[in-house]
Amino acid sequence: MAKHHIEATVNGDAVEFLCETEETLLDVLRDTLNMTGSKEGCSSGDCGACSVMLDGRLVCSCLVLGCEVSGRSIETIEGLAKGESLHPLQRRFLEAAALQCGICTPGFLVASKALLEKNANPSEHEVRFWLAGNLCRCTGYDKIVTAVMDTAAAMRKG
Amino acid sequence: MALLAGAKGEARVLAGGTDLLVQMRADVLDPDLIVDIKKIPETRAVTEEKGSWRIGAAVTGAELKEHARLKHAWPGVVEAANLIGSTQVQGRATLGGNLCNGSPAADSVPALIAAGAVATLAGPKGKRDLPVEDVMLGPRKLALTKGEIVVSFLLPPRPPRSSDAYLRFIPRTEMDIAVVGAGVSVTVDGAGIITAARVSLGAVAARVLLVAEAAQAIIGSRLDRAAQDRLEAAARAACRPIDDKRGTIEFRTDVAAVLSRRTALIALDRARTN
Amino acid sequence: MAETNGHSQTNGQHYVGTRQVRPDGVDKVTGRARFGADFNLPGQLIGRVLRSPHPHARIVSIDTSRAEALPGVKAVITREDFGDQPSEFIPAGEMMMNYKDVVRNVMAREKVLYEGHAVAAVAATTTAIARRAIKLIEVKYEILPHVIDVVEAMRPGAPLLHDDLFTVGVEPKPDKPSNIAKRVEIKQGDVEAGFKKADVIIEREFKTAPVHQGYIEPHAALATVSEDGSTELWTTTQGHYIVRAHCARLLGLDMGKVRVTATEIGGGFGGKTVVYLEPLAIALSRKAKRPVKMVMSREEVFKASGPTSGATVRVKMGATKDGKFVAGFAELKYQAGAFQGSPVQPGTMCAYAPYDIADVHVIGYDVVSNRPKVAAYRAPGAPISEYAVESVVDEIAKKLGLDPIELRMMNAAREGTKAAYGPKFGPIGLEETLNAIKKTEHWNTPLRKWQGRGVASGFWFNIGGETTVSLTVNEDGTISLMAGTPDIGGLRASLSSVVADELGVPYDKVRPIIGDTGSLGFNFLTGGSRSAFSGSMAIVEAAKQIKADLCARACKLWEAKPDQVEFSDGSVKPLGALAEKVKPMSIADFAKAAGKTGGPIGGVGRINAQGAGPSFGTHLVDLEVDPETGRATILRYTVAQDAGRALHPAYVEGQYQGGAVQGIGWALNEEYIYGDDGKLQNAGFLDYRMPVASDVPMIDAILVEVANPKHPYGVRGVGETPIVPPLGAIANAMENATGIRFTELPMSPPKVLKALKEKGLNKV
Repeated sequence: MAKHHIEATVNGDAVEFLCETEETLLDVLRDTLNMTGSKEGCSSGDCGACSVMLDGRLVCSCLVLGCEVSGRSIETIEGLAKGESLHPLQRRFLEAAALQCGICTPGFLVASKALLEKNANPSEHEVRFWLAGNLCRCTGYDKIVTAVMDTAAAMRKG
Repeated sequence: MALLAGAKGEARVLAGGTDLLVQMRADVLDPDLIVDIKKIPETRAVTEEKGSWRIGAAVTGAELKEHARLKHAWPGVVEAANLIGSTQVQGRATLGGNLCNGSPAADSVPALIAAGAVATLAGPKGKRDLPVEDVMLGPRKLALTKGEIVVSFLLPPRPPRSSDAYLRFIPRTEMDIAVVGAGVSVTVDGAGIITAARVSLGAVAARVLLVAEAAQAIIGSRLDRAAQDRLEAAARAACRPIDDKRGTIEFRTDVAAVLSRRTALIALDRARTN
Repeated sequence: MAETNGHSQTNGQHYVGTRQVRPDGVDKVTGRARFGADFNLPGQLIGRVLRSPHPHARIVSIDTSRAEALPGVKAVITREDFGDQPSEFIPAGEMMMNYKDVVRNVMAREKVLYEGHAVAAVAATTTAIARRAIKLIEVKYEILPHVIDVVEAMRPGAPLLHDDLFTVGVEPKPDKPSNIAKRVEIKQGDVEAGFKKADVIIEREFKTAPVHQGYIEPHAALATVSEDGSTELWTTTQGHYIVRAHCARLLGLDMGKVRVTATEIGGGFGGKTVVYLEPLAIALSRKAKRPVKMVMSREEVFKASGPTSGATVRVKMGATKDGKFVAGFAELKYQAGAFQGSPVQPGTMCAYAPYDIADVHVIGYDVVSNRPKVAAYRAPGAPISEYAVESVVDEIAKKLGLDPIELRMMNAAREGTKAAYGPKFGPIGLEETLNAIKKTEHWNTPLRKWQGRGVASGFWFNIGGETTVSLTVNEDGTISLMAGTPDIGGLRASLSSVVADELGVPYDKVRPIIGDTGSLGFNFLTGGSRSAFSGSMAIVEAAKQIKADLCARACKLWEAKPDQVEFSDGSVKPLGALAEKVKPMSIADFAKAAGKTGGPIGGVGRINAQGAGPSFGTHLVDLEVDPETGRATILRYTVAQDAGRALHPAYVEGQYQGGAVQGIGWALNEEYIYGDDGKLQNAGFLDYRMPVASDVPMIDAILVEVANPKHPYGVRGVGETPIVPPLGAIANAMENATGIRFTELPMSPPKVLKALKEKGLNKV
């Protein structure tokens, strides 16, 4: 089958690529566009390591076909820091040791940013349920949840 | 539609992709043709039609959640849709996909059946309507003909003092497939007596069940203890579950009874204040 | 760097014990860090594995001709590509292994022994072609009866996995093969005499399900082999030197020609201490003469990489009426998977380690069955046996009407206690953790109906072992640290703090990397809670060399005697009268003058670290049971554990919190579910139910510090112990909430509801 020719926007940059029908957005990001920040943990939408924003909506890129993103806007972990300055979530994750091995971290950061954009003052309960689709096996979630709530508090103060 | 109808080999409809892509990756499915129905505008719209609501088959759970008036009218349907998977999955998963994946454990289906939703199908021979409880015939088996797709769902107009609820049981708090799901929709009169009800159970049989006996058990009551017991008994009697990795026959039957009661109590409470 | 001449570079600041930002952190929050699957090489092929659909079958034939003929396929390998290995046991990771088994586990030879067992592998130009090629390989199987359960596998007449497996450790030596690989035991005193002194004896049988380590990053390897046999391998592993040794052995390569780089590792917990894809990738690359990349799917991770054992455990304990433990007996039957080597030995040793008991007898059996070969998982073997013992300890407390913390305190191992497994303990912190828990507000908070509180303690030995680190003083005075144990959860931060304190330089002037096998001397793997313990010891050695060298250089420059100079706070300082004549010289000053004072400055610590102090912990948990559904919700959780000295408190807390939550999963929901067909039914994160963020509360972590006198900073390993107590603590809390003693893990809702129904407790 002929490949699809797709034009889309990734982290504000215009990209074009060819993909097979069955290739996922995650395959395209990692293997075609060489953006390996989004991680593959399960390929079934159960771990959240491949989380990206698609037209402002948090999704698992392993559950989106590459050919579906034509004309759409994608934001990945690689677009989180602006220039030299890390996003407040990135900074707080570092300061609070909210990562151990770090494989789930890109997904948690993308998902947490999506939460704070919708809800500037989430409760612990809301943070935990919003992030329930992001598996972490190292931290027991404690320092991640704390970091997200602390970042939200700091961002509210401005 | 023509594409689907004319397809040689295996053709699949892509809505949110949260089941289809997983099955493709696991080599369960290897379709020769994938048709993305999100490109059909009708499947992406939520509209109010004379007190009833039409929900496009490819509207995502996250979009439904953000629809305040729909959520007010049909809280059970919206909460059921929002139990399908994680936040990420809710950004993709749709009512149409949830139904057409053909799983008896689909979260939104008991809520839709309890709501009395009707699916609008479109195919090579035109459109037709089918109650949601008649769309699924068994695991992975649908009443759709070749080339036919679900375009939208129609939720009927709501009399005053009506509401619905959906609860499911899972071992964790999120991310699991329902071991039992229960959808209940009720209408009460001014005295708080149930005048109409629909009860639907998921994951307790080969298809999602509409349990008329369970509804009969509570109509005419205030859902007092006796009515609750009748409801539980009717729910139990309707269960024809299997033993599998997610639960035993005994467990599913017991929990179906418990959830029927808990769900009905929530729906009733909402209806009284509506 | 600031002007340092004559001044301390750090103003006396110390970094050990503080919460520094990890040096590898920015890469990990920006997506830049490269994990196993993130490496690619020009011209690389994609490798995939054909796996057995049967739990037990003889391989009659393998026909790869159709796959080989498919355009784009560059290599196909099978058992024919691996020479056989003699039966010989060698220590590997925290367990022993036999290359005769390893070669059969990476690629099935005579038989397939579990569903998912590798049978062949292909390398092709694209993933799609590799997938197609796999389907073109024709394997004829003669299907054999299978056995999954450990007790059934031990029965006479059970399907035999290996016809040359004769039980070791029994007299007389058996003349018939069986699935029981080994019987081990530990004995102290006379357990029968001990039980005669007991006023109360409790005996119970427990069952636990196999659970997977559950690292989020699947196994991945990228290999390239040149025509002269030079081999490079990038892989996600806890021990790249071990990977090198295994691959060299299995493929007949010179170790010197194999260079293995450990990528960033996305979790391991013991599961990445053995080889799966690595030898296959090298064999494929050797055949295809192109780089080959292989990544497991999540399904493959569950079906073909090691979970830890499921087990059946019988525990019998005796105590006097005032609560003194007088006898402990246990019989452990651990599943090894398809090849021998379960962690039953450490299981037997750990069972009673937290307690001072005169008469102890523990017997263990290592049993094979048609499951994937187990791999180490965090304190291998210990959570299972200690869960059983901690459950019985709680029952004794209840029976005697004693407070469970007091009872543990009364019997706790302390300095001077002779452990049943052999050694006499030095200073240890079990009592301190019990005291810490007792003092918490958590312990003293009332509970409601259907809520329960549980407490349990746990023990792990900890290990040291062979370790090399190098320290290089760069021309500008900054320090390069090279370690050879993969950083799995903040190691670089901990070690950099030690370097900064040893050399008196600012933390951010130390840059750590994990060296490859060609760049640094041998290192045993990251495991057994050894990497921060041993690495920091090796750093002290390396820093000693640098300090001695700098002092010698200063003596030369200043024409001074050795006793006229000393190294402190990052500088060599002149002493006495000499101080009037010359100014101190900082490391940066020496770095600038290195060429004129003797050349490059650096040190290498090469040690076989000894003196790992055991770490004890005590966990406290509250939960609530829904009596109508059997579902338990964890409400509150507190961990207290002895760290000896926490090099980096935040990452030590992280170990406690992560281990506790893995334990919660083990106790409540995680399990390998098999059908009657011997196939795994839940090989994915959907139905293998690891805790998600909404399943757990905050995990309060209390750092107890009873210094390990055998370590220069007092460090004890901390990574393993946190997974030991949760199983018992949660079972004890369930008993407290329901009045029912659950003896089977996981305590999943169907099991709990059934038990509640039997007691008529399921109605509210």
